[in-house]
Amino acid sequence: MSTSPQAIGSYTETALPKKRWLSRQNWERIVSILILLPSIIALGIFVYAFIAWTGFISLTAWNSAAPDFTFVGLQNYARIFIGSGTDAIRFRYDIRNEVGFLILFVGGSVIFGFLLATLLDRKIRGESVFRSIFLFPMAISFVVTGVAWRWVLTPGTQETGWVGINLLVTNLGLGGLRSGWFTDPTILFIRPDTALGQFLHSIGLGFIAAPDFGYAVAMSSIVLAAGWQMVGYTMALYLAGIRSIPDELREAARIDGATEWQVYRHVIIPLLRPVTLTVIIILAHIALKIFDLVYSMTGGVSAGFATDVPALNMWKTTFDATKFAQGASIAIILLLMVGVLIIPYLIWQTRSEAS
Amino acid sequence: MTATAPTRKASRFHWTRILIYALLIVFAIWFLMPVYVLLMASLKSQAEAMQMQNMWLPPRILGIRSFLIAWFGSNEPPATLGLEQGFWNSVMLVIPATIISTLIGSINGYVLAKWKFRGADFLFTLMLFGMFLPYQSILIPLVVTYQNFTKFTGIPLFATIPGLVVAHVIYGIPICTLIFRNYYAQLPTEMIEAARIDGANFFSIYRRILLPLSQPAFVVVVIWQFTSIWNDFLFGITLANTPKVYPITVSLNNIAGSFHVPYNVQMAAALITAIPPLLLYIFLGRYFIRGLMAGSLKG
Repeated sequence: MSTSPQAIGSYTETALPKKRWLSRQNWERIVSILILLPSIIALGIFVYAFIAWTGFISLTAWNSAAPDFTFVGLQNYARIFIGSGTDAIRFRYDIRNEVGFLILFVGGSVIFGFLLATLLDRKIRGESVFRSIFLFPMAISFVVTGVAWRWVLTPGTQETGWVGINLLVTNLGLGGLRSGWFTDPTILFIRPDTALGQFLHSIGLGFIAAPDFGYAVAMSSIVLAAGWQMVGYTMALYLAGIRSIPDELREAARIDGATEWQVYRHVIIPLLRPVTLTVIIILAHIALKIFDLVYSMTGGVSAGFATDVPALNMWKTTFDATKFAQGASIAIILLLMVGVLIIPYLIWQTRSEAS
Repeated sequence: MTATAPTRKASRFHWTRILIYALLIVFAIWFLMPVYVLLMASLKSQAEAMQMQNMWLPPRILGIRSFLIAWFGSNEPPATLGLEQGFWNSVMLVIPATIISTLIGSINGYVLAKWKFRGADFLFTLMLFGMFLPYQSILIPLVVTYQNFTKFTGIPLFATIPGLVVAHVIYGIPICTLIFRNYYAQLPTEMIEAARIDGANFFSIYRRILLPLSQPAFVVVVIWQFTSIWNDFLFGITLANTPKVYPITVSLNNIAGSFHVPYNVQMAAALITAIPPLLLYIFLGRYFIRGLMAGSLKG
């Protein structure tokens, strides 16, 4: 190459004869689009057309094995949102369970993931061993996790003997920590006759003091298992974030007399804000989509729908109960919830990359 | 007084170090606990595994019979279907699906990183949404399409391994494209401009320049795809309705969900299912972690 490095830019081609250059560039442009075309068509059909199709099905009367495309408007949505039919009750419980799960799973993973990352960042001997141990659950299937944790969290009974964690805490003399785990029917909620319940009532928010706005204790078991699988991932993202902060910044803060705590509080945590946002969005979208884990851990059924979630409800309603239109309506709600989270994130990521 | 000050500081340092290691060890125990319980249960005989009060204790007599039953199944009534068929189904599914989606991702990534046309970034963003899509929202049309495709063309897609391969390839395109695009984007464009002046065309630039440099990206994508396809459950349970086609995760769920299969066999089955991705993680962990990072978009 005789050209100087500065000359090799995107405008170098103008040095070539103009007509040939144009045709060559056009040819290459056509080839590049042709290469993408199969993927674009495939995703156009399998993602976007299928979403529209699901949306259409959700507006029909196809609620038995035989397809029935009679247009019924928003009836399927009304059935899960309004009234006190089984479908409506079940969906309300789904949302209640999902919200509780999402908050505890995302919050817990962020706290413990960050904690593990800061611990590992303290020049630990055997860091890679610890890291591998914390991260290996990410490699295995949610189904394996579900089977393993069902075994660990099987409650047992007083008569037949305690099992799993219950057995362990009983033997350690901590019987008070026993729980029904994923079979626990308890719903924690603000009782209307308590002071808080009456206060809510007095400001017109009395409806919150009801089981529909409570927390199903059984979801804690799903949180434990899902957290076991995802905390390592959170840790890895935070560790990469912490390691990308230049040492000089921390040193400068220390020289200014900041304690280790203040270095974290005023330097590291603020700089990790984009990582935290990414972690929260990725984990929240996993929480919304959670299906395999609940299915394998609980067999897909729970007394009083205590561990039912929208993704599971959709699958059961559609493929077990063959109520396709009803299932489609739940799928669309699920998609909207994920979309509200992911679309702004995708735009943010694309923008921040462009700038 | 002056003499005690440094000692106090040193000992405090010492104690925080001990606390840090103690916390790390507690967490390590917590992460390894389910593996311990699985191993202990699966290495016991059926009779010993039934003694729930000893479930946290190691086996008195080591045995691998549970693994044999988990793999081959058992004809003793009630008969149990082993993992063998599901394991080979998953192998037959994961190999072509991984290879095809990786190749597609590579060439797509090349175009999107080095041949940007107007609207390419927008198109890419539309593609990426497919990565986060809750598959429930496309499942019904997918099943209907597969069933009708079989009806009209005679080519079986529903409840077949090729059908599962197609689904995994298509829904794998976004992540494969993303990882390759980000990888190629960081390779200097000057290299390509120079090759073009020397007369290299679209394909020879890919083959002669980018492909030889792509090995790390290929390893990351192959591991990612292998792991996520092996671990998939939703497509497996929806698109395969016969044991002849069940991937291993569905076989495992059937074994573990059945009340008459003894615990030691259930746990052995869970371990067998976990082994292939775990081996990849143990031997190629570095690349595995890079794939995880890419999954959060920023390469």
